[in-house]
Amino acid sequence: MLKADDLRVHFPVRSGLFLRQTGAVKAVDGVSLELAGGETLGLVGESGCGKSTLGKALVRLLKPTSGSIHFEGRDMSHIGQRALRPLRRDFQMIFQDPAESLDARMSVRSLIEEPFRIHGMGSRAERKKWVDELLDTVGLSAASAERYSFEFSGGQRQRIGIARALALKPKWLVCDEPVSALDVSVQSQILNLLVDLQKEFGLSYLFIAHDLSVVKHISDRVAVMYLGKIVELADSETIYRNPKHAYTKALLSAVPVADPKVKRKKILLEGDVPSPIDPPEGSAFGHRLNHPRYDETIGMDLSLKEIEPGHWVAADPCCLEPEDWKRLS
Amino acid sequence: MSEENLLEVDRLITSFETERGLLRAVDQVSFSIPYGKTVGIVGESGCGKSVTAMSIMRLLPQPSGKVLGGEIHFKGEDLLHASDKRMREVRGGEIGVIFQEPMIALNPVHRIGRQVAEVFRVHKKMSKKDAWDAATEMLALLRIPAPEKRMMDYPHHLSGGMRQRVVIALALACRPDLIVADEPTTALDVTVQAQILDLLGQLQSEMDMSVMLITHDLGVIAETCDEVVVMYAGRVVESAPVEELFGSPLHAYTKALLRSIPTLDTPPKSVLPTIPGTVAALADYTHDCRFCQRLGKKTVTTRERPEFKEVQPGHRLEICKECSDL
Repeated sequence: MLKADDLRVHFPVRSGLFLRQTGAVKAVDGVSLELAGGETLGLVGESGCGKSTLGKALVRLLKPTSGSIHFEGRDMSHIGQRALRPLRRDFQMIFQDPAESLDARMSVRSLIEEPFRIHGMGSRAERKKWVDELLDTVGLSAASAERYSFEFSGGQRQRIGIARALALKPKWLVCDEPVSALDVSVQSQILNLLVDLQKEFGLSYLFIAHDLSVVKHISDRVAVMYLGKIVELADSETIYRNPKHAYTKALLSAVPVADPKVKRKKILLEGDVPSPIDPPEGSAFGHRLNHPRYDETIGMDLSLKEIEPGHWVAADPCCLEPEDWKRLS
Repeated sequence: MSEENLLEVDRLITSFETERGLLRAVDQVSFSIPYGKTVGIVGESGCGKSVTAMSIMRLLPQPSGKVLGGEIHFKGEDLLHASDKRMREVRGGEIGVIFQEPMIALNPVHRIGRQVAEVFRVHKKMSKKDAWDAATEMLALLRIPAPEKRMMDYPHHLSGGMRQRVVIALALACRPDLIVADEPTTALDVTVQAQILDLLGQLQSEMDMSVMLITHDLGVIAETCDEVVVMYAGRVVESAPVEELFGSPLHAYTKALLRSIPTLDTPPKSVLPTIPGTVAALADYTHDCRFCQRLGKKTVTTRERPEFKEVQPGHRLEICKECSDL
C-alpha cells in the first residue's frame, strides 16, 4: 500500500555572515520500506537516529530531499501542498505528547471536528454526530466533548489525539511514540485501543518507539534504524529471537527485564551515536565499535540483503557474525 | 532505629497548600534504606515518590509544601529537626542527588569544570586549584573520556549520556553515604541507560553507598534494586525484597502493575491486562483504601488510613479486605 524508495531527508546547516550552506544533517539517508494494508511496522532506534524525521517525511510533513514515496501506486513525494490536501485524508499522525499537540483553547468537540471543517465535510448536525461516534470509538464519554483538553489526564488526552487522527477515516497512521509519556497502567489501555482500532478499521500503522517491548507487542514487522539508515528488518518474532545485526543485539540486550531472577549479560556500547552531520564514511556502527574491519567498509555497498526469507539485514562485515557475512557475500 | 539502616522514614506526612485546601501528597509513608543497599521506589506519576525524596532533603517547594508529621532518621540523626545550616552540609555532602533531566540540573552558562569544582569548594573548602584537580579526577572516575578537555566544555556541548555522568559526578563528589536518584535514566536511550546503571552499580560497591532509586520502570527496579517500595496515591501499599515482590506480590495494585507491562515474551497484539479507571485527584479520595476507589469497589469509609504492617519478615503491606492477600 505504501512504498518508500531510497528516501533521503537532509537538513541544511548554514553558517557565516551570509548563511551559506556549509553542510547537511543527513537525518534520513536512503531508507526503503513497504507497509501493507492492516499491517503494523515498528520502527526502533536511539534518539537522533532519524526515526521521527522518517515518520514525518512519510506523511509529508517534511519534504524529502530525494527518493520517492508511493501511496496506492501514486507518487506523493514531490507534489505540492494543494494537490496533497485531498490525499491527506488517507494518512494521519498521532503525536507523543498530547498536551502539546492539542490546542488548550479549543473544546474537545472543536478539536475533533476540525478535520471535517478543513475538508468541508458534513453539515453541522452531521459533524456533531460524527464527533460523538468518534468519542465512543476511543472510549470517552459524550460529555467530554464540551470540556477542554487540559481537564483530562494524559491517557485520556492521548485518546482525544487518536480520535482526531481517526476522524477522516485514514488508511494508515504514523504513531510517533504514542505511549512513551504515559504511565504503564495507562500505556496498556492505549495499546489495547490501538490494536482494537486496527482490527475494526483495517488500519496500518508505522509505530515509532524507543521501548522495544512495546514495539514487539504491537508490530508485525520491526525495522531497526541507526544513523539515518535501516540496518535490520524482519517480522517481530524473528528480530527478537534471532537478531543478526550487532546493533540490534546490543539494543535488545540493553532492555531491562522486569524479572529479578533473570540475570543476562548486557552488551554495553561505548560512546554515543555519531553525528549525522559528519557520519563515518564506512559502516556507522562498525565505527562506533572500533571494529578492525571498519576500513574495508569504506565505499562498500552496505544496503539491506535478504539473509533468510523476509529477514533483511545490512550487509556489513563489522556487524554480522562471520558465518552470516559469508552467506551474504 | 535499627543499626543496619542508614535512613529510616517513619509515617512521613507531607502536605501542600492548594486552592482545594491542605492536601496530603505523602500520607504516612514508612520505609528504610539499609547500609550499602539499593531501594527502589516505584509508582505512577503523582503518587508522591519525588515529594518523599524532596521531603527527606528539605527541598520542597516553598511556601506551599510542608512536612506535617512523621520522622526521618539519617545515620541516627533526626533530619526533620536539624538546622538549615546542618541540612546544607547534608545535601551534597552526605546525601547526593541525581535528577532526571541533566539539562535542568546543570547551569548552562558555566563550564562543566567550574560546576563540579564548586562542590569541592563549598563542601570541602578546597583551594581553587585543588578543587579543579579533584573535579578532573571525578570526571575520570565516571569514565568520561578526555576529562581535562571536558572540564572546559559547557553542558550543551555534551550528549545526554555524558551530561548525566556529569550530574552523577556532582552527586558523588563528596563521597556521600546515600544517593537519591530521581528517575536518573528516564530521559536516556536504553543503550545509554544500560551504561549509566552499570556505572552507578560499580561506583556504589566501590564507594560503599546506599541508593534510593525513584523510577516508574519496573525493569530497572528488577535489575538494580535489593528492595522495592510500591507507592500509590501518596501511600506505600507494599514493600518487600525485590525477588519476593516480583515473585509473590500481595497487594492488588502491585499485581496489576506487574501484569500491565508488555514483555518480550507476551504474544503480539494480545490484549494486555489494564488497571481500570484513573488515579483520582488527591482531594477526591473518600475510600479508606485508595486503590479500591480506583477499582470502583465499595469498602468502608471511616476516613482512617488502613493499617500498614509487616506480614512476613521484610514484607510490609497495607491491609485492605479487597486489595490485599493474606
